[in-house]
Order: sequence, then C-alpha cells, then structure tokens
Amino acid sequence: MSTASAGRRGPDVRSDLWVELELRSSGGVELAIKSKVDFMYGEANRKLVLDTLKTLGVEHARVAIEDTGALPFVITARLEAAVHRSSFIVHRSSLLPPPGPSFARPSARDRSRRSRLYLPGNEPRFMLNARIHKPDAVILDLEDSVPHEDKDAALLVVRNALYALDFGDCERMVRINPLPAGLDEIDALVPAGVNVILIPKCESAEQARAVDARISSALSSFVNRHTSFDVFLMPIVETCEGMFKAREIAGASPRIVALTYGLEDYILDLGGVKTPAGLESLWARSQVVNAAKAAGVQAIDTVFADVEDMDALRASCRAAKELGYEGKGCIHPRQVEVVNEEFTPSPAEIEKAQEIVLAFREAQAQGRNVVSVGSRMIDPPVVQRARRIIAIAVSLGRLSVDWNESSVTLSAAEGLGGKNEDSSASPQNDKRAGA
Amino acid sequence: MALVKNTLGRLAPTEVNGKPAVPFQGVGKFRPTGRKACPPIPTCLDYPEDGNKVVPDLRSALKKAGVRNGMTISTHHHFRDGDTLPLQLFNLCAEMGLKDLVWYPSAAFPCHAPIAKHLDSGVIHHIEGSLNGPLGDYCTHGKMRGLGVLRSHGGRAQAIQDGEVHIDISVIAAPTADQFGNANAVHGQSACGVLGYADADLTYADRTIVVTDNLVPFPAIPIQLSGTHVDMVVGQDSIGDPKKIVSGTTQITRSPDRLYIAELTARFIRDSGIMHDGFSFQAGAGGISLAFALYLADMMKQAGVKASWLHGGSTRYLVKMLEDGIAPVLIDGQAFDLDAVRSIGVNRGHIDTSPLVSYNFHAKGNYINLLDAAVLGATEVDANFNANVVTHSDGRLRHGIGGWQNCMQARCTILAIPAMRDRMPVVVDEVTTLCAPGELVDVIVTELGLAINPLRQDLLDAVKGKGLPVRSIQDIKAEVERTCGKPSRPKHGDKVVAVVKWIDGTVLDSVYQLG
Repeated sequence: MSTASAGRRGPDVRSDLWVELELRSSGGVELAIKSKVDFMYGEANRKLVLDTLKTLGVEHARVAIEDTGALPFVITARLEAAVHRSSFIVHRSSLLPPPGPSFARPSARDRSRRSRLYLPGNEPRFMLNARIHKPDAVILDLEDSVPHEDKDAALLVVRNALYALDFGDCERMVRINPLPAGLDEIDALVPAGVNVILIPKCESAEQARAVDARISSALSSFVNRHTSFDVFLMPIVETCEGMFKAREIAGASPRIVALTYGLEDYILDLGGVKTPAGLESLWARSQVVNAAKAAGVQAIDTVFADVEDMDALRASCRAAKELGYEGKGCIHPRQVEVVNEEFTPSPAEIEKAQEIVLAFREAQAQGRNVVSVGSRMIDPPVVQRARRIIAIAVSLGRLSVDWNESSVTLSAAEGLGGKNEDSSASPQNDKRAGA
Repeated sequence: MALVKNTLGRLAPTEVNGKPAVPFQGVGKFRPTGRKACPPIPTCLDYPEDGNKVVPDLRSALKKAGVRNGMTISTHHHFRDGDTLPLQLFNLCAEMGLKDLVWYPSAAFPCHAPIAKHLDSGVIHHIEGSLNGPLGDYCTHGKMRGLGVLRSHGGRAQAIQDGEVHIDISVIAAPTADQFGNANAVHGQSACGVLGYADADLTYADRTIVVTDNLVPFPAIPIQLSGTHVDMVVGQDSIGDPKKIVSGTTQITRSPDRLYIAELTARFIRDSGIMHDGFSFQAGAGGISLAFALYLADMMKQAGVKASWLHGGSTRYLVKMLEDGIAPVLIDGQAFDLDAVRSIGVNRGHIDTSPLVSYNFHAKGNYINLLDAAVLGATEVDANFNANVVTHSDGRLRHGIGGWQNCMQARCTILAIPAMRDRMPVVVDEVTTLCAPGELVDVIVTELGLAINPLRQDLLDAVKGKGLPVRSIQDIKAEVERTCGKPSRPKHGDKVVAVVKWIDGTVLDSVYQLG
C-alpha cells in the first residue's frame, strides 16, 4: 500500500505538523499523535484529524503525526497534503477551516499599497501575526520561498490561512508560481477570498490575460456568495523581455491595479552587476514606473534585501518615491514601519499641498489659472500633484476628508508618535495609592 | 498534609517541611512581629590573630565548620550556568557520608542537574530554591523527599531574616578574596561583577566559608563582601566555568513579534507619561526586556528625557545608557554579560545591591518600591491579571521566581509576554500556578495589544488618545482562544510537591505531582 508524508518536523520546527499516512484496505483509521500540546489539545486534535480524513473519504489508514503546536488550519492542510500525495483518489471536498474575521474582506482598486510583506507559503507560523506589523498588504508566497517539492503543501497552507487567519486590514495577496503551473493554483485561491494575485516573471499581456480569465471562471462559480468581491492582479516583470513589454502588460487586464518588478532575476537575465548606486537597473526602474503610470495603475518598487540596514532601506524608499513609485516590498516585518513612513506624505508635504490647492482655488475664483505660493509659480500640474498627495493623506487617515471645509489644519496624526502633549494625564500615582 | 484555601482561593499546606506555614492573607496583610534571627555571637579570640583564615581545602573547611546530617547549606548563583561549586560541595558531602542535608541556593541552573543523584542517594533531603530543568522534573514527579520551596530573591532574604530558614553553613564562591575573607567579583578569571545574593547568607549563617580561585594579599578591594563575617577561606584552582558565568553577549530577540512587544512596551512607558525626567525603571536580561531597553533608550534620546536611576540585572544595554549619560546610576544585583562586569569595575555610577537592600520585606523600606516601572516576563497570566512564572501550562516546574515577585512592588509592573507560544496560550482562564496576585500586575503587553488592569484608571486615562492598541484582557484571551482553540487543563494528582511563597513568607500556591 502507498505511504505518503507531508509537513515539517525537526529541532527547529515550531507550530507545524508532520504526518505520515499509509493507506490500508481495511481496519479503519489507526492514529498515533505525538504532540507537545497533547495535554491541552490531545482530544481536539484527534477529532480534527479523524474528521478531516472522513471528509476526504479516507476510511482505512495508519496515520502517524508529530505536532509542534500546529494550529487547526495547519493540521488540516498537512493532512490533506499527505492524502493528496498518497495514491488515494480524493473525490470529495476538503475540510475547510471556519472563516476567520478577515475572510473574504474585499479590497479596492486604488487602496494604498505602500508596503507589502512577503510571507513564505510553507511557513504558517510567520503568517499568524503578520498583521500586527501593519503592512498595507501581506503576500503569501508560493513561488521562490517554497521548495519545489513542497509547492502542493504550501498551496494548502496558503488556502487555509486565507480562510482562517486574521489578516486585519491588510490586503491579502498571493504570489502564484510562474505560468502555466500558477494557473491551477488560482482555483483554490479565489474561493478562499484572495484580493490580489501576483504573477511572477510576467513577460506578456497574454499571460496576464490568462490569469484574468482563470480568475473570472473561478469567481463565476461562487460569486453568489460574495457579491461585492473582486480579485485584482499585480504582474511582476523580472526579465529583459518583460521589461520591454511592461507597458502592454500593465494594460493587459482591467483587474491589474499595480505593476512591480523583481530585481534579482532581472539583473541575472541582464548579465549586469547589482551595485549600491543601482545604475544598472535605472532604465528598468524608470520603464516600470512609466509603464504603470501610462496604464493608469500603481507603480510599486521591488524589495530591499538587507534586513538590518534601515538607513539604506530608507534611502532606497526615497529613491523609488522620487522616480514615481508608491510602495515597496518588504521581506522582513521590521522593514514595514520604515517603508510605510517613507511612502506616507509627511505633515510638511500635506500642509504644502493644502496651501497649493487652496491658493489655486482662490486664484480660479478670481479668473486666473496661475498663482504663486511663496516664491514658487503654481500651475495646473503642480496642483494635480498636490491633490494626489491630499488624496493619499485622506486615505491613510492623515487628513480629514472635509479638510478644506474647515481650516487648513492637520487632523491628529495618531500613531505617528513623538510628543506626549497632555502631561496632565500622566499617571501621578502608583498602584499602592488607590488601595 | 492539611491544605487550606488562602484568600486567593488557592490551596496551601499549613506545614512545610516540618515547619508551620501561613497561607497567603492578601497583599500587605501579613505583618510578622518579634525579633529577627541572628547568628551565634563569635569572638575574635577564636580566629587567627594574623587574620589568615585560609584552610587547605573545602573538605577540611566543612569538617572544621562542624558539618553534620540534616544541616542547611547555602550557595549563591552569581556564576549562573558556570556554577560548579555546589556539585563539588555535595560530592564532598557524599564522600563524608553525610545525609539529609537541605540545599538552599539562591537559584539553580541546568548545570546543577547532576545534584539529582544526591537527592536519590539521600545526601540531600530537599532543595529550597528555584527548581528548573531536570531538577524541576525531579520535583514535579514527586521524587524529592521534602517539599520544594520556591521563593523570590527577596523572599529568600526574608526567610533568613525571620528565622524561617536557618543556614548552618554558607559556602560562597568568590572570584577574588584575601586571606581574611574579604571578597569581590570585580577581579579574577571568574569575575561576575557583583555578589549581592550572598549578602544575607554571609551575615546570618552560623558558619561562612569563602571559596576562591584568586586568593590575593589583604585587602582584596573593592570589598564587596566583608571578611568580618567569614570563618574560613579556601583557595582552589577552579570555582566555576568562567565561559558560562556570564554570557559574552546577551542576545536580543530576533523574533519580529517579540520585537513588536518590546517596542510597544517602550511606547507605553513613553506615552503613559511614565517616561519623564528623573524616572526609574528595571529591565532584565530576557530577549524582550533587552530589546525594550534599546527602544526606550532611543525614545528617551529623542525626547531628551533622562532617568535618575536604573535597576539591574545589568546588561551591556543598561551599561550603554549609563555611559551615554541617559541615566547617571545603575543599581545592580546581577551582571549578565561581560560589559556589565567591566562597567561595575570602572563606572562610579554602577553600584552593587543585594536582595537585603533592594527587595527585602523585613527592611525599613526597599529600593524596588521606588521604581517607576518594571518590565518582566511570565509563563501565564489570567483574566484577573494573576500571573505565573514557575510552571508552564503543563504543570511542570520550569523557572525560578528570581526577583520577579519583588518587582511586583514597582509603581507600574508590566508583563511583556507573547499572548501565545506556538499553540500554548499564555493569556489563560486561570493560571496553573499563582505566583503574583493580579492586583499588582498593572499592564500586560502582547503581540495582540496591551491590556491595563482596570484597577489602574490613571494609566487608562493617561494613554487615552495616544494611538496605543489598548484592549481588555478578556478580549485578548478570547482572541487567543479563537486562534488556538479552548485548551483542556492538565490533569494532576492531589499530592503537593512544592509551594510558592509570597514575598512576605506566606504560601501563595502549591505545585502538584504529575503522573
């Protein structure tokens, strides 16, 4: 009979499950669980494993499990992977986790995408609290961070995580594998409520359209349940060919909301050398941002590889912002704060933008189309840029939506930290005082 | 064994190791009277006129000290996981045919695991001190003859001072000592910075033996422990493994979630107004605490705020705050790394302390009460803010109490803890072992947000509108349960294997035998 295994074990593995499954022709399910949380969840785990097998239709098997504190959505994902890897033909549906608080929360085409945090698709423990680092988006990655032999298992973890985990206000993105393999993954991801599919190594408009079509067909089968739901696309260009086609890729589908690029693969393809100054990629970076803006979608910068050097990350964000990029990828949660900060209009920028918009409005009321603010001449494109900054500031809660109806004051920038203005609210007493 | 319910509803034995025990009566309710314990009156006539108290070896010192069956022998733990002296000591006791001794360490470490054989053979009757690792398992499985007694560092001093524990012989490992018995931890290959944990032992034990690997001519300065209390001095090649006495570098957590907790803790201290000119705080050597100190130092620099003093365990991060002028004084009970050891030798603002001074219940006030904030860890905390630090949810003894209970007296006590470890909830319905009454825990900071004890309305008001993720502890607990599932409680028998003492010497809770 066939034996299959899935999941992870070993001294460094935590919050995961390893399962070995041997199909049998009779005798029911023989289950052995070794778990470090057995004293808390022994019975619950047993029931969950048996229910999962029953749902998948497995009636006779020996199942050996090593559990390092896997959450239920991981337990079912690992078990399902093992069953799929065995010779058992699964006819029935999966045992999907109960939907969590952020399941199928819709996104919006023009929402802010300053930071997107990459999470390896086969590492469930990094996904659990990703939201607390406050990236605008999380990317559950099925591509480069997942070893070839675990692609199937990672897809099940990612699917279950989309159902079960609370990703808070983060947009939920998944980077699928390059086509054609990535196309099949879409069928599992769309019902799980993914917001944005990232298409790696995208080289043509046809590829983006193929993904679009697959999404549409997947959506059509469950759209009744999530009427307001839409799935967006973000192609990643990371080859010389892709760079040349950037413009047509960016405009290939109405689902596309942003365009980004991958530097490592591109430099490899180019045969150049990655330098700190980055001249070797200047054309590509300019090409991507131009293509995105020409197609009317967001331009998002690639990741920054050094997770220790926050100053260099900040410089990289500024360089990207100056080129026209609106966000950047993060490979470590500690990068999120810096990236968010850099791609958020500063209070000074917001104030300046308000000044420009108000001055221009006043000028127009007097029949003029040009006005000066300070020593600077303000004309319509400058006003457009100022309006864009204000729109971003409003969308990020940095500015009240009715700012121009009151006066030119900034709304309280909560969470930006800094001064503790109200010292009268300081705790004067210690805990013994009230007793 | 008679068990009674204390005021927190926990079962406490009325007798511990043959002595009557008082169940916990509420915070600040127990007031012992009478006079402190005291050592016998010595006469200088009985000591060498030339002040040379050196004896050939530890064996002859023990013999000369009159060691006999049933005695209580104490050691200190400044050498941490490099502390080889207790094993040498009890190996000798075994060779000498001694039985039924009580070991009274200020803490035990993994390196002390081989002591278990002396519990097996009857050389040691029981241990009164922290029980972790294999010794913790030994006790939890009911193999120790007496009850384990878990006390805080302050509680250990309290028990010595009010006579609950009488030390017959104190054996003090000293990195540097002279023939008179003056000792310090600043010099020598085993330098560990401070020797404060040996202070109470030194002054209250019937007999005190100083053991050193660096015997120097009189006087050994600085004099951290005074030879005036010392009976005998032993010089030997090695008293510990210097490499393990202090870790060369203390490790900041690399976990993004724990860094988040550390940063949130610092933000709370800043935004609540606790961070103000002249404030004081304590932060330990745990991964989260270290990172917290770094974040707070940054915030202090940014805001131009200076502390008036810090309380250690000291690490290079606290030393840096001292040397950067962010805090002029570091009061230190324990050096955790080599920078801290170096600093105490050269920085005038870096001074040593002992539990008798910083943590002592039987003192006329103590330093820890003056602290504005203390940041601690915990294994569990429940919806009433009661906290556990000695057992994990599986009921096994895993950690000592250390200064943890004592830091509950700070003006604001913060537990910086993950809400769950893997799938093990840390924020729970009811703590497995109660080690701190919830009324003393002011704030918990977790990756899921921070919860302020409703008793601290002043803190709740102080952080209003500051953008901190403040939630109720019930809310955090509910989220943990939603993520992990509702755990079932571990099953344990009725047999008590150890007790947890509160800082006043009353019994806060019991630890039960596991299968």
